Amino acid sequence: MSFLKLYFRSPPAIIGLVLLILVLAMAATADWFYPRDPLALAGRPLIWPFSNPRFLLGTDNSGRDIAAQIFHGARISLLIGLVATVISVFIGITIGALAGYYGEWVDTALMRVTEAFQTLPNFILLLVLVAVFGSTITTVTVAIGIVSWPASARLTRAEFLSLRNREFVQAGRTLGLRDAKLIFGEILPNALPPVIVYASVVMAIAILLESALAFLKLSDPNVASWGNLIGAGRDVLRVQWYVSAIPGVAILVTVLAVSLVGQGLNDALNPRLKGR
Amino acid sequence: MRILTLAGRRLAASIPTLVLILIGVFVLLQFAPGDTVDALMAQMGGGDATTAKQLRQYYGLDVSAWAQLGNYLWRLVRLDLGFSAIYGKPVATVIAERLPATILLMTASLSLAFVFGLIFGVVAARGVNRWPDTLISTLGLVFYAMPTFWFGLMAIVVFSIYLQWLPAGGFEDITVGLTGWRRTLDIASHLVLPTLTLGLFYMAIYLRIMRGSMLEVLTLDFVRTARAKGMDETRVVVRHVLRNALLPMVTLIGLQAGTMLGGSVVVESVFSLPGLGRLAYESVIQRDLNTLLGIVFVSALLVILVNFIVDLLYARLDPRITTGG
Repeated sequence: MSFLKLYFRSPPAIIGLVLLILVLAMAATADWFYPRDPLALAGRPLIWPFSNPRFLLGTDNSGRDIAAQIFHGARISLLIGLVATVISVFIGITIGALAGYYGEWVDTALMRVTEAFQTLPNFILLLVLVAVFGSTITTVTVAIGIVSWPASARLTRAEFLSLRNREFVQAGRTLGLRDAKLIFGEILPNALPPVIVYASVVMAIAILLESALAFLKLSDPNVASWGNLIGAGRDVLRVQWYVSAIPGVAILVTVLAVSLVGQGLNDALNPRLKGR
Repeated sequence: MRILTLAGRRLAASIPTLVLILIGVFVLLQFAPGDTVDALMAQMGGGDATTAKQLRQYYGLDVSAWAQLGNYLWRLVRLDLGFSAIYGKPVATVIAERLPATILLMTASLSLAFVFGLIFGVVAARGVNRWPDTLISTLGLVFYAMPTFWFGLMAIVVFSIYLQWLPAGGFEDITVGLTGWRRTLDIASHLVLPTLTLGLFYMAIYLRIMRGSMLEVLTLDFVRTARAKGMDETRVVVRHVLRNALLPMVTLIGLQAGTMLGGSVVVESVFSLPGLGRLAYESVIQRDLNTLLGIVFVSALLVILVNFIVDLLYARLDPRITTGG
């Protein structure tokens, strides 16, 4: 109860939650408002927004309904963002936990790998992965997860380093608990909160990465992704700039919502840091 | 001198990382459908099996993957990045041609992000929870959440198409053939929009970090002492707080160098700048794996270099690092 009260005390957190609910509602009602395939031909190409009541946000350069693509795109963005974040945080937690718990050579080896992933620009690695494994929505999502785990690994490792010699862990060890039980049953639950809060940052980055990939026409062309639409609109930027402008606003709102909610959670969970 | 030894040791420690990256990406590229010869044959409009075999022999692709990796690493030691079949030039030449634009773009964006992030961070921290802080923090959030390529496109619409103040793309105006100062000015005018596009995102991050770190340092004891001595607020901030608050900012440069290089892929594509990022994109499209591997190597090298400079800067800002050990 006090957690909710703390969360709703900050206006940005409330704005973020409202925006997030808005995007979620768009994703949920996409099939209901726009039951047809959003990538199917709908009408005359390049109708300006608000000029035709049938196409509230106009149509793009191949005559597809922009509003339908925005609604269905919300699903794709949230889906890719969520799944990529789960993959990334899962890898990060596993590697960070093993490195932090065992220390010594395990730590050295795993941190070398983490360092390698941080030294190689993540977008270039993403390009390599997409070049090798193709650009279906599954490979793109997995690839985004694979390039964005190092930060959560470092965060988990730091938590484990500070927790692994506490009394409750030593007590568990004395009781004869196995390593796996100690790591995942005892230490991890205590190390999790900062990592979960950080997941909102990963999700924001994941959504931005997917849109950038789609804009370069390297993401799945068969799904209604906002980035794809911006890329298509680029060809008619000179006059019909709205084709690119509208999906960009959608991305902006979604990433803003995710970041604000993450910030709000952080402030509510760590009241000490309030006002920073 | 100690600074150099310390930073040099860090530099030496990054060599295994570099080798790890190269082996990893090399192994990864073995899974790619089709090799350089396939791409080349497709470009030539097909050919028979004997030609393909001869070409594979010529490019050293007929031996096992491990032998290829060995050959590649051995050639790297001699600073030979191999030959790009697509561009018909050594990879090192192709990359060297594209490097200046990227380095220029990165330096400009980083300076913009750092300087304005610092200024806005300080202004926001000094007026914490009042209107300047709210305004700056909100703008920072918006810039952070904005896809860079979209900002670039919108900037083109406003400044190049509508207002016609700045060129929409390219590195310089090649039709006129300018020299000297006029050429420099021309290149600068071409780089304004790309720099803004890439820099504003990082400025948003820097200002948030700077604001937080200022607020933290402002509560420390030595600041209270300085104020108690009767020092005026500006002097306290400039001479005492700033230097300490700068440390996380400098750390961030090293951490962000890689992502910034990645971001330049997108920005260079938006503004059709002939840079390293765009080359990476082109070599993915054209399956020029040798060039791609070369780019991976050079970009990792760049990141390591930036981190080396950051180490030096860090030691200069915080003498405890070199004396305390």
